[in-house]
Amino acid sequence: MSILVNKDTRVVVQGLTGKEGMFHAEQMIAYGTNVVAGVTPGKGGQSALGVPVFNTVAEAVDKTGANVSLVFVPAAFAADSACEAADAGVDLVVVISEHIPVMDMIRAKAFLNARGVKMVGPNCPGIITPGECKIGIQPGYIHKPGTVGLVSRSGTLTYEVVHQITSAGLGQSTCIGIGGDPIIGLNFVQLLELFRDDPGTEAVCLIGEIGGDAEEQAAAVVAAGYPKPVFGFVAGLTAPPGKRMGHAGAIISGSKGRAQDKLAAMEAAGITVVRALGEFGATVAQALK
Amino acid sequence: MNVHEYQAKELMAQFGVPVPRGGLAQTPEEAVDVARELSSDVFVVKAQIHAGGRGKGGGVKVCRNLDEVKAAAADILGMHLVTHQTGPEGKLVHKVWVEEGTDIARELYVAVVLDRGAERMAVMASPSGGMDIEKVAEETPELIFFSRMEPGQPLWDFQCRQLLFGSSLDAGQVRQGTKMLQALVTMAMAKDATLVEINPLAVTGEGNLIALDGKINFDDSALRRNPDISELKDPTETDPLELEATELGLNYIRLDGNVGTMVNGAGLAMATMDVVNMAGARAANFLDVGGGANEEMIGKGFEIILNDPNVQAILINIFGGILRCDVLAGGVVAAAKKIDLKVPLVVRLEGTNVAEGRKILEESGLAFEVAASMSEAAAKVASVLGGQA
Repeated sequence: MSILVNKDTRVVVQGLTGKEGMFHAEQMIAYGTNVVAGVTPGKGGQSALGVPVFNTVAEAVDKTGANVSLVFVPAAFAADSACEAADAGVDLVVVISEHIPVMDMIRAKAFLNARGVKMVGPNCPGIITPGECKIGIQPGYIHKPGTVGLVSRSGTLTYEVVHQITSAGLGQSTCIGIGGDPIIGLNFVQLLELFRDDPGTEAVCLIGEIGGDAEEQAAAVVAAGYPKPVFGFVAGLTAPPGKRMGHAGAIISGSKGRAQDKLAAMEAAGITVVRALGEFGATVAQALK
Repeated sequence: MNVHEYQAKELMAQFGVPVPRGGLAQTPEEAVDVARELSSDVFVVKAQIHAGGRGKGGGVKVCRNLDEVKAAAADILGMHLVTHQTGPEGKLVHKVWVEEGTDIARELYVAVVLDRGAERMAVMASPSGGMDIEKVAEETPELIFFSRMEPGQPLWDFQCRQLLFGSSLDAGQVRQGTKMLQALVTMAMAKDATLVEINPLAVTGEGNLIALDGKINFDDSALRRNPDISELKDPTETDPLELEATELGLNYIRLDGNVGTMVNGAGLAMATMDVVNMAGARAANFLDVGGGANEEMIGKGFEIILNDPNVQAILINIFGGILRCDVLAGGVVAAAKKIDLKVPLVVRLEGTNVAEGRKILEESGLAFEVAASMSEAAAKVASVLGGQA
């Protein structure tokens, strides 16, 4: 079992014919993902990687029944692409693009909300249900089908944790990179709720970082009573205030967004906090024995 | 991206926000020229650095005549101004802003901010201006008025009325303030500003509103479509190594430790700093060479790290995903050979083709310490530093 995506998910890739789009779509197809369409305005009627290319997402959805879109277009056009996918009626839009202006994201998010369409990202590695489908840029082979759900604000940090969990003999139900930007789609709280209702998920890992209050919000959900064990890590204990640490959303503003406060909130909520990253996989494996 | 007060005020003025007349000076003589031109009874000389709390640190002086302006500018220019936002070393002052004095009856606070949680812009006001607004929010939250905007909608007049009557302005001032808040919102939207702050916003003796200070943060991701804003960047406000790194396309932040770190991915880079500190050493920097690191980026990373004289050891932590470890290891070896490394190097590789990658490192003939896990890597760094950490 899994959340959001599975073996029946039909993916349309916006920006399929670009260099990045082609590279990663090929990996996704090799992993077994149903990539049913691509969209590149002006290249409708062509095909790439054996997949038909359309001018608009609406046409792609109409002709192929795509229900999830993956956005692989340059940042300046990404918000527009996400809105286009939402308007075409997909259930979920996954946005990989980095450096999308905040004002664009505010408008796009309102557009998606009005249509009831969910988003993962932007500035994220994507979503994967191991053994079923991979929608994004993750290295597929580090994952293994299993019962640990994982949500993370970061890319390679997610791979590190997934790899540890897999090496410790466990697998994952679904792993979602929610992105490192200030305005994102699905957040820790919403994903905790989806994992709660997924019978295939036994435990949830939250990989946070400095900035914002997503970890505190997640802690509040767990504190109110959560039926599955939750494990937490927060990057940036040693990050200086006022500096953006790579991700647009990773910044300590004044006394807000500090790692130690997030860890304290998690601990108080009953989340098993792992401070030494190297011990994450072993800690989860030990607890789920 | 941050800008100076004078740049913020000039931009606000373009959008119709009243600000005191003034001019920029880089020498005491220029300051006197500006003041003479202003022909006022009172002048204010203000240090231009990217930090708040300048007044308390001695960076703002009120002057009654041109001699006082000259003396104040001479004091402030070239000083290392220390405020609660600069750190103990302070910031060197290169420029002062000289403006006409304002007859201040009251001081308010107004701001346009990104409300991350609500995913929209919001407007704030408080009658407690001229103070640290975080402190006001903590001690007297009832004196902070807050109104969220609907995405795609204007800032409505009623929202301004709520904020400004709340801040005890009279009807005429509320009309002025409404225009001002709406101008600030228009500016924020047009120029992709995620924070616009006027603190203090003065009510003059005559009852008019005027912006005595200005702070704007611009969205780095939107600078490409705002070339006029990009031009406002002051390179002297950034650490020279950070500037160089930006030019090389690297994401680098200098810290005060002695272990240089090089990592692919921002989250993993932060976690690596944390692990280094946990092992008893201190990271000298944050460096993200990108999720898809290659030989060229690793070479550039070495260059930047080694420009920091405090670095006594380097830890490379790479998680090879789609980019394979053998390719990355080849990159590390090639880059290390080119630069004739003089400090110990610990490399931790994990991910795709890791066995081949580690073999390349071990057979390179270079004195790498190869670590298998994050914990081992940090322990090795601490041990190569010996007692120095």
